Amino acid sequence: MKKEILTQRRKGAKTQRFSKNKDDFGFSIFLRASASLRLCVLFILFVCAVQAQSDGSQQNQTGKAGTFAITNARIVTVSGATIENGTVIIQNGKITAVGANATIPSGAERIDAKGLSVYPGMIDAGTNLGLAEIGQGAPATIDITETGDMNSNAKAILGINPHTSHVNVTRVNGITTVLSMPTGGIIPGQAAVINLNGSTQAEMGVVPTFGLVINFPRITTFSGFNPLTGPQTIEFSEAVKQRDKRLEDLKKLFKDAENFARSREAYAKDKTLPMPTTDLKMDALVPYIRGEKPIIFTAERERDIRGVAKFVSETKVKGIIIGGQEAWKAADDLKKNNIAVIYTNIYSLPVQDDDAYDYLFAAPSKMAQAGIKFCISTGDGGAEVRDLPYHAGLAGAYGLAKDEALKSVTLYAAQILGISDRLGSIEVGKMANLVVTDGDMLEPRTNIKYLFIKGRLLPLTSRHTELYDAFKDRK
Amino acid sequence: MKKIYTFLFVMLLVAASPNILLAQAKTEILIRNATVLTAAKGRFENTDILIQNGKIARIGKNLKASSNAQTIDASGKFVTPGIIDCHSHAMLDAINEFSFSVTSMVRTDDVLDPTDISIYRALASGVTAANLLHGSANSIGGQNSVVKFKYGRPVEDFLIRDAPSGIKFALGENVKRTNFNPTPGTTPRYPRTRMGVMEVIRDAFLRARDYKQTWDDFRAKKTNVPPRRDLELEPLVEVLEGKRLVHAHGYRSDEHLNLLLLADEFGFKIATLQHALEAYKIAPELARRGTGASIFADNWSYKLEAYDSIPYNAAILWKNGVLVSINSDSDERIRRLNLDAAKVEKYGGVPEEEALKMITLNPAKQLGIDKRTGSIEVGKDADIAIWNAHPFSVYSHVEMTMIEGELLFDRAKDMTKRAELEKERETLEKLDVNRPPGSGGTSPPIPKEKRQADRDEADGGKP
Repeated sequence: MKKEILTQRRKGAKTQRFSKNKDDFGFSIFLRASASLRLCVLFILFVCAVQAQSDGSQQNQTGKAGTFAITNARIVTVSGATIENGTVIIQNGKITAVGANATIPSGAERIDAKGLSVYPGMIDAGTNLGLAEIGQGAPATIDITETGDMNSNAKAILGINPHTSHVNVTRVNGITTVLSMPTGGIIPGQAAVINLNGSTQAEMGVVPTFGLVINFPRITTFSGFNPLTGPQTIEFSEAVKQRDKRLEDLKKLFKDAENFARSREAYAKDKTLPMPTTDLKMDALVPYIRGEKPIIFTAERERDIRGVAKFVSETKVKGIIIGGQEAWKAADDLKKNNIAVIYTNIYSLPVQDDDAYDYLFAAPSKMAQAGIKFCISTGDGGAEVRDLPYHAGLAGAYGLAKDEALKSVTLYAAQILGISDRLGSIEVGKMANLVVTDGDMLEPRTNIKYLFIKGRLLPLTSRHTELYDAFKDRK
Repeated sequence: MKKIYTFLFVMLLVAASPNILLAQAKTEILIRNATVLTAAKGRFENTDILIQNGKIARIGKNLKASSNAQTIDASGKFVTPGIIDCHSHAMLDAINEFSFSVTSMVRTDDVLDPTDISIYRALASGVTAANLLHGSANSIGGQNSVVKFKYGRPVEDFLIRDAPSGIKFALGENVKRTNFNPTPGTTPRYPRTRMGVMEVIRDAFLRARDYKQTWDDFRAKKTNVPPRRDLELEPLVEVLEGKRLVHAHGYRSDEHLNLLLLADEFGFKIATLQHALEAYKIAPELARRGTGASIFADNWSYKLEAYDSIPYNAAILWKNGVLVSINSDSDERIRRLNLDAAKVEKYGGVPEEEALKMITLNPAKQLGIDKRTGSIEVGKDADIAIWNAHPFSVYSHVEMTMIEGELLFDRAKDMTKRAELEKERETLEKLDVNRPPGSGGTSPPIPKEKRQADRDEADGGKP
């Protein structure tokens, strides 16, 4: 309790420094002013607002909608050949024309991109973005993990804070769409695919309830941490037994959910049957256990990945693996069961001392060779999702072809998330999530010059640029 | 007569350590036709570097080496000084002596593990030296170690003997321990607030000043009895005398500034602020005192006090004339310090060479080892990394890393050795003792208790 109060107080102090104090001050003066003065102020504010809207340089945080023509650009379409000098037209939030000779609609705002490149916005398919603001010291900002092991009904989209500072920081580095998911327990909940723009969760949502996350039971001899004596372990054979038990429980749960669905369907047809009891957790499972929507299984080592493949084939669900350190070793099983991999281990250390030093840098290249469908993700809580291009680029440094590296954070991610009809490449009809850069988008020295999400031109500002502006000239 | 003794002494040395002398006499390496990023004097294309006896002997075009020199063809490759990480905990078997808030008596030198695989992984990323720091649980932590990553050598070879001694200080959340639950059954440790942290440090330095006075008085023969040695205060006296570098962990600019003011009051200098993610708010104050900052390129938001961290920190500090280094504080991030330096160029427009210095020459200066390492200049140790592409490119990787001319990482060799290692692993895994009993193996024998016969009273009075 005491700790909570302390935290609250500290957080309060933090907020004050930025906005609260300032706003209160202005507002109280406004209230104290006479009626005519108040009208006067309102009128001036109105004029300012109108002017701001007509002035292209003034943009609010949710960006500027309109018709845009990005001209003289190198267009990296990702799905097709790169166009060395062409135009991209954006209308009503979509890409309406791409090519060397695209016609520019009258009234379109022109963006001369001479010397610049246009890319599709990057997609990170494995984050907790929006669910956690500050990792340590501010537990009130963390909404990643529900209590208990079974939370199939927990939906990330309802926990995502559209106004987290992580949104702007991430998108100004070229990431426009992310999957955000809960973690913890056996079934943490349902992941959402969101665009990194919007004042509400609904405005952000691309696929609000995309998939169910399951921490696939694995063999672990770690049984808990004792603050006095350190990590506790159990016998390996015992660990195997425990894993098998958890797996059986999971299968039983799937069966229960199927029975739940059937009884509900039967009742819908025949009201003389007993009414099934409300069970949100069972209800949430139904589309997933029936293979209508994907289940995202966490798994890293070969035996666990093969375990997922076996489980998927037995239960006939639609599976995706997240993690995937040794997925390349189980290529046969993964391909047979049509399981794609969201690889989150570029910034991880090899587990065993005698693993090759570049074991996890080189894994994407091995997956590509083995013909596994994969994408690269940061697996990050939110703050460092902006490093996505470097995760892909590092895979490129260790064997993955450069164009495959780019696809692994654009088109491939879109395909795995089932949104490649709308996102992931520069094609007519797709959502205008576009990034204009002065170089290779995956390089750390490349600068983003323009950013569009759903056709809205967004300001390249963030908490970081604001603090930079506030202090850069302090003497 | 004296000459004869000297001669005999030298001969004795030669006889005692033939390997060392021979190894040094032999080495001559010629790196040919590289793009050299010196981190001191700019960039040179198609340039050779001649290494003799572990030192950079010449830099230039078309250099000649003796016939038995090892030649490395670096055409199309980039050569940089070895990266230096000014904040690492690699090799440390223990990081925090949690028990007290002032633990200046403990030394990381005592817990170095030269077999830590992190060392090899760091070498494979071009890192050759590091500042191994005590943790940040204490307002005044332990004494640090400045090492070169001479993987495969005995631990005493790692320590850079002429590096000035240092000590870790820490401020803020980690010291207050308010983010961590105290061990059940124990009372929380003082201090619990930033007020308390400053008082703990002030108290320690007041005691250190008095302790120094007692020794000064004794040495000036004002007193007759030598003071009792105090291992806690001795390092702090060295700080007061300017003989020991202070590396002060902290995040918020206000508390870092408070420490600087306290140091002003006691007349010592803080060598580096570590992390210092808000240092951009007090850049002029740092510059005036000649205090350096060793920071992350862009990490932020992982804790409350890191919420105002911005990637422009390095640029603002650099423009104010503060000596900046980019550190890892992580066995993982140490593998991509080159990309962290590249980010500094992106955020705020620090020039390329200045950004490179932030992971090479600048940390060397902060650690007082810049006379021997940190840049590619004649006379310096041959601590060098060779890259397949510009190290600021995300597609680059390290081909070779050497320390004092000794090749400690060679990617080609590493790749060829892998099949062999894989076989060895398979053989070992099949051994009975390496399989858990659950899958048919036998448990490894539990070592029998020794010294039964000469147990002393402390073991319970049994014979």
